[in-house]
Amino acid sequence: MQRIKSFLKGNTMLIALIVVIILFQALIIAAGKGSLLKPQNVSNIIAQNSYVVILATGMLLCILTGGNIDLSIGSVIATVGAVAGMLIVEMHMNVYLTIIICLLVGTFIGAIQAYCIAYIGIPPFIATLGGMLLWRGVAQVILNGMTLAPYPDNYLKYFTSFLPGTDDPAFLLTTTLIIAAVICAVYVAFELQGRAKKIKKGYSVESMPMLITRLITICAVIMVFAYLLGNYKGYPVVLILVSLVVLAYAYFTRNTVPGRYLYALGGNAKATRLSGVDTKKMMFFAYTNMGFLCAVAALVCVARFNSSAPSLGDGYELDAIGACFIGGASAYGGTGTVGGSVIGAIFMGVLNNGMSILGIDANWQKAVKGFVLVAAVAFDVISKKKVKA
Amino acid sequence: MAKTMLEMMNITKTFPGVKALDNVNLVVKEGEIHALVGENGAGKSTLMNVLSGIYPYGSYDGDIIYNGEVCRFKNIKDSELLGIVIIHQELALVPYLTIAENMFLGNERGKKYAIDWDETYKKADELLHTVGLQESSHTQIKDIAVGKQQLVEIAKALGKNVKLLILDEPTASLNEKDSRNLLELLLELKKNGLTSIMISHKLNEISYIADKITILRDGCTIETLVKGEDNINEDRIVKGMVGREISDRYPKRESKIGEVTMEACNWTVYHPLYSERKVCDNVNFNVRKGEVVGISGLMGSGRTELAMSIFGKSYGAKISGELFINGQKVSLNSVKQAINAKLAYVTEDRKGDGLILSSPIYKNNSLARMEKISNHSIIDKDKELLVAKEYKEKLNTKCPSVLQNVENLSGGNQQKVLLSKWMFADPDIMILDEPTRGIDVGAKYEIYCIINRLVAEGKSVVIISSELTEILGMSDRIFVMHEGRMIAEFDGHEASQEVIMSCIMRENNKMENENAKN
Repeated sequence: MQRIKSFLKGNTMLIALIVVIILFQALIIAAGKGSLLKPQNVSNIIAQNSYVVILATGMLLCILTGGNIDLSIGSVIATVGAVAGMLIVEMHMNVYLTIIICLLVGTFIGAIQAYCIAYIGIPPFIATLGGMLLWRGVAQVILNGMTLAPYPDNYLKYFTSFLPGTDDPAFLLTTTLIIAAVICAVYVAFELQGRAKKIKKGYSVESMPMLITRLITICAVIMVFAYLLGNYKGYPVVLILVSLVVLAYAYFTRNTVPGRYLYALGGNAKATRLSGVDTKKMMFFAYTNMGFLCAVAALVCVARFNSSAPSLGDGYELDAIGACFIGGASAYGGTGTVGGSVIGAIFMGVLNNGMSILGIDANWQKAVKGFVLVAAVAFDVISKKKVKA
Repeated sequence: MAKTMLEMMNITKTFPGVKALDNVNLVVKEGEIHALVGENGAGKSTLMNVLSGIYPYGSYDGDIIYNGEVCRFKNIKDSELLGIVIIHQELALVPYLTIAENMFLGNERGKKYAIDWDETYKKADELLHTVGLQESSHTQIKDIAVGKQQLVEIAKALGKNVKLLILDEPTASLNEKDSRNLLELLLELKKNGLTSIMISHKLNEISYIADKITILRDGCTIETLVKGEDNINEDRIVKGMVGREISDRYPKRESKIGEVTMEACNWTVYHPLYSERKVCDNVNFNVRKGEVVGISGLMGSGRTELAMSIFGKSYGAKISGELFINGQKVSLNSVKQAINAKLAYVTEDRKGDGLILSSPIYKNNSLARMEKISNHSIIDKDKELLVAKEYKEKLNTKCPSVLQNVENLSGGNQQKVLLSKWMFADPDIMILDEPTRGIDVGAKYEIYCIINRLVAEGKSVVIISSELTEILGMSDRIFVMHEGRMIAEFDGHEASQEVIMSCIMRENNKMENENAKN
């Protein structure tokens, strides 16, 4: 009982996400408008939110350093998108070369802002507010106010196609499920091997029944997810990209020394500095990295919209920041996880998608999202207070 | 016989793990200047915070009787209504507001939604005149010197119809001339019937100005000396302040002292903001293998600044001088370099500068030397946990598990986590800044035992402490620091509290005389 309680407390947002999914599913079915978990719609939700997940991952690192946010990301995306448009649509440059150039441009923009923040000492809020205006302007200048479209198929296929590319529904479903099963098997093997290693070295491990329950739950979720995707077109390529980003950063924050330093910096900057950590370097890294992930998100976005517009990325910073805070990151820094931010991003995505299917007015959607953001954080703050008392 | 204005009876105040005040009594008569003296941590400021309502009624035991009535202050506002005003050591003025705005902050003239600025500035000018400050009340606080700011604080108190003025070290940051002015002003105000309580370390000022002197020691009232009845020269006061025996509160150790491990020569450090001010002035000191060296001195004497500037230049500007570790001249330009040179600095402010409170014990434990539990920057979490547990056992830290967040531990256990963090960094030389501040006697003893174990292992330990007994009880050698300079060195067995205290006081007087001459 105690365990269940602590599990519930530790995973409030995950539970909230499940509740929201069930709620919308019920509402949508009741309204006779199909299903939230229809294979095609699940695929849609992924395509719609892939960029939010990528951005939220980067934003989390910034927030960890002390509740600092990056307001410029929407504009940086527009600038990188404009560069991509110029190079591919206008100049017909090689796709791989373009991707590399765009990633470099994003990283460079991030590094400029990061330098201002970490080494000159401009407060992040102001440095990135300036960036927000600056890079939006640059994007408009590059595009001369025009929209560049369409992108060639040899670019789009890396972002908008599906795997495995086949038209035979039975074969598609089978392969999708087999791939999922392989992923599950690898995952289980990895966990069991890790456990065996720990036992050998004499470290404490979680109990076997707990481990089995956890493994079965996670595998079941993966299989259901694969089944839904397999009934549509298979795995969207962008899902693979997003998964790689999420896994890499989750590992970085959990298991590496620089990742640990980020948390320490947000928890107590002075103590961290006095422990021999180059805190300025960490700050520089967090914001440079944000620029890099903006570039990744920009490449995804231009492919999804099949165009580069001056207004690309407008308001994305708020989605990313919202996702982090809904996902349990502290507004003072030092706490928050990549997993939490992903849940936060999906939460916002499901909310958007569900309300759209229900045909709720777009203006009301905004109001509801704003309300949910504040409510989620308030809930988190209050529940943490109770734990302390 | 003047009537009794204030009587504090049997005041007891406990903080988690420490008894800060233990049945303290204080009687203040109307129209007198009453001085409160005692070593750092004797409980002077705590007592005044109780009186002014900063620690509200209910958080302490005992009674405050003011003008014959029992008072139960819930906050500062309550005590100010009765005319009790406290001026803290760190002045509470807003730099970018004018003198007048500061003076009536929270006590605005006019109506709540319509401040009467004409009245404000007129009243402010009158009060400035009373305290003898020739400045326009339109001047911003940041533009006047600290001595004048102190006068503004007093004028502010007068603006609140103060009956009983409490001053916490009012002259600590003033030069001789400003201090003298301030003391004369207090005497002047006394003639007009103002009663004041003054906390001070400067005993010459106290014997000049005070009518009565109450001495606190370890949270207890020791005695009250009355001018005219008792002999109140400085030696007498010092004796009252320190007059306790060093009993077996300090574990014994066999000193096996070796070669010099660290030596600082002509170490000079300037203040990072006020680039003219020397914080450490030509300091020379050293520590040897297996030795505990104590650095004594008043607060603000530059001890912490000395330690931090040595520790990878983490404090100060324009640092000059030479540093030798094991005979080799080194220059440590970052904390990382200092740690790699096997140096550790354990901060006096464990919550502010030392620990990440919202983080679990094991993460705090490894922060200063992540290399030991990681491989190519990949953390071995299991090893990290195991090591943390090991240190927990070794230092006898009381906690349910090392996964516990540090903020939930008591002060003594937090201090142990901080110590273990730096022991984990494998230093040969450890500088411990106020290692037992704010922790109870039992935990102190354990910390002393840990220190003894460290030197037995051949490490060198430097203890910075405001508690003289601690310095005397633990050190093989003692340096005394004053106003950024090393003024004396003693053998640990030869020194006594009286010798050190009077050494500091003598230096105090000497400097004041020099200033007076200039």
